[in-house]
Amino acid sequence: MVEAQGGRSLVVDAITHRYPSGALAVENINLDIKGGEIIALLGPSGCGKTTLLRIIAGFIAQSQGRIIIGDDIVDALPPNKRAVGIVFQNYALFPHLSISENVSYGLAARGIDKVTRQREAQRLLELVQLPAMAERLPRQLSGGQQQRVALARALAIKPSILLLDEPFAALDKNLRLDMQIEVKRLQRVSGITTLIVTHDQEEALSMADRVAVLSHGKLEQFGSPSDVYDRPQTLFVNTFVGSTNRMPGVVVAADRAEAKVRLDAGAEIIARPAGGALSEGGRVTVCIRPEHLQFVADETGFAGVVGMSLPLGATVVHEVTTADGSGVKISQARIGETRALENGAAVRLAPLAPSLANAFPATL
Amino acid sequence: MGTAPASRDVTSYGMGLAAPLALFFLVFFVAPLLQLLWLSLHNDTAALHWGLGQYIHFLTDPFSLGVLGSTLLLGAEVTAVCLVLGFPIAWLYQRVGPRLQTIIILIVLLPLLTSVVVRTFAWIVILGRQGIINATLQSLGIIDTPLKLLYTQFGVVIALAQVQMPLMTLPLITALGRIDPNLDDASCSLGAGSWRTFFRIVLPLSLPGVIAGCTLTYAAAITAFITQSLVGGGQMLFMPMYLYQQASTLQNWPFASAISIIFLLAVLAVVSVFTTLGRLSRGFGGE
Ligand SMILES: Nc1ncnc2c1ncn2[C@@H]1O[C@H](COP(=O)(O)OP(=O)(O)OP(=O)(O)O)[C@@H](O)[C@H]1O
Ligand SMILES: [Mg+2]
Repeated sequence: MVEAQGGRSLVVDAITHRYPSGALAVENINLDIKGGEIIALLGPSGCGKTTLLRIIAGFIAQSQGRIIIGDDIVDALPPNKRAVGIVFQNYALFPHLSISENVSYGLAARGIDKVTRQREAQRLLELVQLPAMAERLPRQLSGGQQQRVALARALAIKPSILLLDEPFAALDKNLRLDMQIEVKRLQRVSGITTLIVTHDQEEALSMADRVAVLSHGKLEQFGSPSDVYDRPQTLFVNTFVGSTNRMPGVVVAADRAEAKVRLDAGAEIIARPAGGALSEGGRVTVCIRPEHLQFVADETGFAGVVGMSLPLGATVVHEVTTADGSGVKISQARIGETRALENGAAVRLAPLAPSLANAFPATL
Repeated sequence: MGTAPASRDVTSYGMGLAAPLALFFLVFFVAPLLQLLWLSLHNDTAALHWGLGQYIHFLTDPFSLGVLGSTLLLGAEVTAVCLVLGFPIAWLYQRVGPRLQTIIILIVLLPLLTSVVVRTFAWIVILGRQGIINATLQSLGIIDTPLKLLYTQFGVVIALAQVQMPLMTLPLITALGRIDPNLDDASCSLGAGSWRTFFRIVLPLSLPGVIAGCTLTYAAAITAFITQSLVGGGQMLFMPMYLYQQASTLQNWPFASAISIIFLLAVLAVVSVFTTLGRLSRGFGGE
């Protein structure tokens, strides 16, 4: 049995899983997670996040690859021997047991005596700020409270790894923020290596030390939130995380660090070859985030005509139609009185810096 | 949204709408029951003299009490067999693919699609002296003389269990289907083994189905006139046949009525024990 303790490392080594029905759910996933890290598994619906989580927990035996917790290869261990805590999306509290019994369930399974169990349950309920709810049944709690109980229940067994499957999906926005802060606080206190599955990119970027982006069962990128956001390695990551303008073009000249791209919109710009080396004459997609575009007064950049302007509180988003007829969004911080842009005004746009325009080989 | 009357709370409709049904029950259920009670409170077959003689007779007669006891015991045995065999079937049903589920449901429902008489005769063929079981065992050389299976308590229990099995399995399938499969996984990830998960999570949560199944099976088993009489034969007497003999053969209607009432009360008592157990088991979770 894996010794339960905070902050063990987790290695997902070349994990591939094919369901008996033939669906290839995850393919050759490699993650090297240090003890005590918070990792977010981010990806659209059906990309294999839950499958990967269930493989780590031991509910599914992978087709290929290894799971290593600390120094132990745990592939042969059943879920009840892995010391992995898991919080399910629908909480999965035992409806017929009181809150206190739910929290101490794992301790009872370990043969710990009743007095110690109750004391421990009370301590954990205080930790998640629900000390007065011990005798209630799960259905007598609100969604957010049930979530906290599920968390306390998972923490009670002092897991070496904590897995959270879309833990905040069912909560409303304010409560979600509270719980995100709460989970992060608890994680810091306990130092438990934590894996959060989410399809909410803000959640992933704000909570995690590192983010693993999945698409169609493949790992697209595994890096810090700023890596993933500012230095995306694939077109998918660039478009899935944050919003971006996709501008087609042709490579005019390229070396390792920079590529000169002629945009179909009618300008030559310098971009960063984000997905590896680019070949001259090849078609590319250049991604520039709305907040990384600026209006320029000189002849650099590309021309366009202002369409709709959307004041979104702290920022204003303008829709600009370029020469090739495609729409480009540019967002500007609202500093004092922003320059009013009339509908139909002719403007020129350019990226703030070459490193903020990412060029990817165009996929046909 | 519908029109105003359509969105009215169902409880706000006049009770008058239920009158036809109420009348039906009054005429065909309550009235005969009262007549039965009235009849049972007479000491003579002509129903002329009031008295508790019939009840006193039954409750002081070892033979009658024996019949009641063996009937209630028969019900308990059949229920136990159905529960022990039905639970794994229902459990399996929730864990196999859709194609196997269809097959299981078909097998479970099959007994309901054939007449009780046919099924019972099939059991006579299987259990008889020259029946399938004895013939097989003899040809394999396991036994020399045929086993007595027919006209035994064992035979009646087995036949009744098969006949009543759907009444147990269907509520169990429903109850197990309502349990969130994540609860299994949650229990397991918290370190519980399969047995702990079964006894602490699956069983308590399936109790409504267990109780519904037991109640139905029990009530059906003790009142199953045809199977009891055919498989039990002349040697084994249970309440339905006893009642039939008193009423039809001996024309002792007041005594037959008293037997009915006592039988009814005994069944009600057992059923309320089941329901009370169910209610108590809410606290099943507390160790
Ligand atoms: N039990 C199963 N049998 C066969 N295929 C499955 C099974 N579970 C999931 N899949 C398939 O595997 C793929 C990955 O599913 P998974 O549940 O891991 O996705 P997910 O990333 O968790 O999605 P979501 O965000 O919607 O929860 C999907 O294409 C899905 O259809
Ligand atoms: Mg999922």
